[in-house]
Amino acid sequence: MKIQTETVTERGLPLFRMSKHGLFIFLCLLPAIILVSIFTYYPLLKGVIMAFQNYSAYDLMNIRFIGLENFKTIMADIGFKESLVNSFYWVFFSLIPQFFIGFIVALMLRRKFKGRGVYQAFIFFPWAMSGFLIGLIWRWMLNGQGGVINDLLMKLGIIDTAIPFLADPTWAMVSVIVANVWYGITFFAIMILAALQSIPEELFEAAKIDGAGYFQQLFNITVPYILPTLIVTTLLRVIWILNFPDLIYSLTNGGPAGSTHILSTYMLEKIMFGQNYGQAAAVGVIIIFILIFFSIFYLLATKFNKAGDF
Amino acid sequence: MMRQITWKLSIKVVFLSLFLVFTVFPLYWIFVTSLKPSNEMFTIPIQYWPENVTFENYINIIKISNFDVYIMNSLILSLIAGVISLIIATLGGYVLARFEFKGKTQVIFAFFITQMIPLFIGLAPLYLLMSKLELINRLPSLMLMYTVMMVPFCTVMMKGFFERIPSSLEEAAMMDGCSRITALFKVIIPVMLPGLAATFIFAFVQCWNELFLAVMFIDKEEAKTIPVAMNSFITKFDIDWGSMSAATVLSVIPTLLLFAFAQKYIVEGMTQGSIKG
Repeated sequence: MKIQTETVTERGLPLFRMSKHGLFIFLCLLPAIILVSIFTYYPLLKGVIMAFQNYSAYDLMNIRFIGLENFKTIMADIGFKESLVNSFYWVFFSLIPQFFIGFIVALMLRRKFKGRGVYQAFIFFPWAMSGFLIGLIWRWMLNGQGGVINDLLMKLGIIDTAIPFLADPTWAMVSVIVANVWYGITFFAIMILAALQSIPEELFEAAKIDGAGYFQQLFNITVPYILPTLIVTTLLRVIWILNFPDLIYSLTNGGPAGSTHILSTYMLEKIMFGQNYGQAAAVGVIIIFILIFFSIFYLLATKFNKAGDF
Repeated sequence: MMRQITWKLSIKVVFLSLFLVFTVFPLYWIFVTSLKPSNEMFTIPIQYWPENVTFENYINIIKISNFDVYIMNSLILSLIAGVISLIIATLGGYVLARFEFKGKTQVIFAFFITQMIPLFIGLAPLYLLMSKLELINRLPSLMLMYTVMMVPFCTVMMKGFFERIPSSLEEAAMMDGCSRITALFKVIIPVMLPGLAATFIFAFVQCWNELFLAVMFIDKEEAKTIPVAMNSFITKFDIDWGSMSAATVLSVIPTLLLFAFAQKYIVEGMTQGSIKG
């Protein structure tokens, strides 16, 4: 008897039956919901309120609402505009190479070959490291005149004189992006490789019998099959990359002269050096707005309806 | 036909080799740096392998700092936060995968939004909250916050893994008189070990690497994690690259080993959980 009702509930969702499983569902989700509500959403809510207050650690006795003052102040700041533009470069030029190189790597690793496991273990290493350490390692490699990357580029005959990677604003931006690409390829490679391996082999067999070439198979079978993974992975990456100050923090710390700040490091600086939580929160609100609008637009553009299933 | 295959193969070999060099070189370089004596650190021409290999940087980092304490702290912290996240995510993911109920979409949506929230926006309120709980400068504060950070993504990851497993499996077990919970632990969990491993490793590595919360909440030597300690090295004006590189190598060894051994499960686990249209 018991079994009967349960199977019905699982698939058929008659809501009046919910009371039977209601308690079980409730109890299983309770820890997650409590934790996320108290330690993520409550601080977020408070943070959003702070965006409309003059909340500064220097003047905690005198906190009051100041309307849109924080937003006006940061909008007028050249540093903010710069970091807004940089954020776009940072996300776009990190994501595109990560995606394509990750995709190619995944395609090449799809079929088993001798030593594939070892190879995977090696190329997955960046993902095991923190953005902070990656920034640090690249900072050392790009270091001044005697950095190893300049040395290698000169040895390979690509450049004649050392490039001031971290002293020149444009090169500094290129540097942080290259480091981020290095870091992020792995993530795409893992996700795409996993998706590729879930494609039933028969699909390819059938296509081969029909005489489909490599690229035909790629675009007619592979890509459509893993498209949902590609869409979700890319969206998640955009969100994560925009909210990823760690690497820039240790590689350039926004320098030289603020030229490599993105919104999240700009926000960090407002807190670390200005102690201005109100303005920092305003930047945070702007970041959330950007991401929500981007997500909606992206999901609509890709006609993807499983938004929640990240 | 044969010629075409060898041509394709050589492209593949060249590409994969170049990519391997690109990926591994930074790690190689930090390792080589860590073995260089201080007088070779900036010599020109650059030495691609130290003339005199030395462990002085390692000895130095262990002597001047409490590196063993930091490693232990990070280890305990990441293990506990990882395990708790995994348990919470397993329960939540199971329910989200198997049942339809009111509010389900909202729960998933709320989890999705957490991914967009910049860490620093809630920092001050979180700090006040933690100080009310008297957890400032203590590891449990990080355990709590890391668990919270990991739960949404891990739950949805686990949901994906559960959806790959036919519900007939636990139905059969329940037919045999198991309760739902026993069925979950006795029948389902064993089948999805790769998925569990992938989720745990994801959480562990994230906690091991987390920097900013740790820096903001921990200031006491006994409670410092590796990233906090490393951060205090770089805030000085001159970075001692010798000790720094040795510290880097020491701090990535655990996660690198974890990845090297578990990469098979990670891909397998992801495959189980990969989203299908």
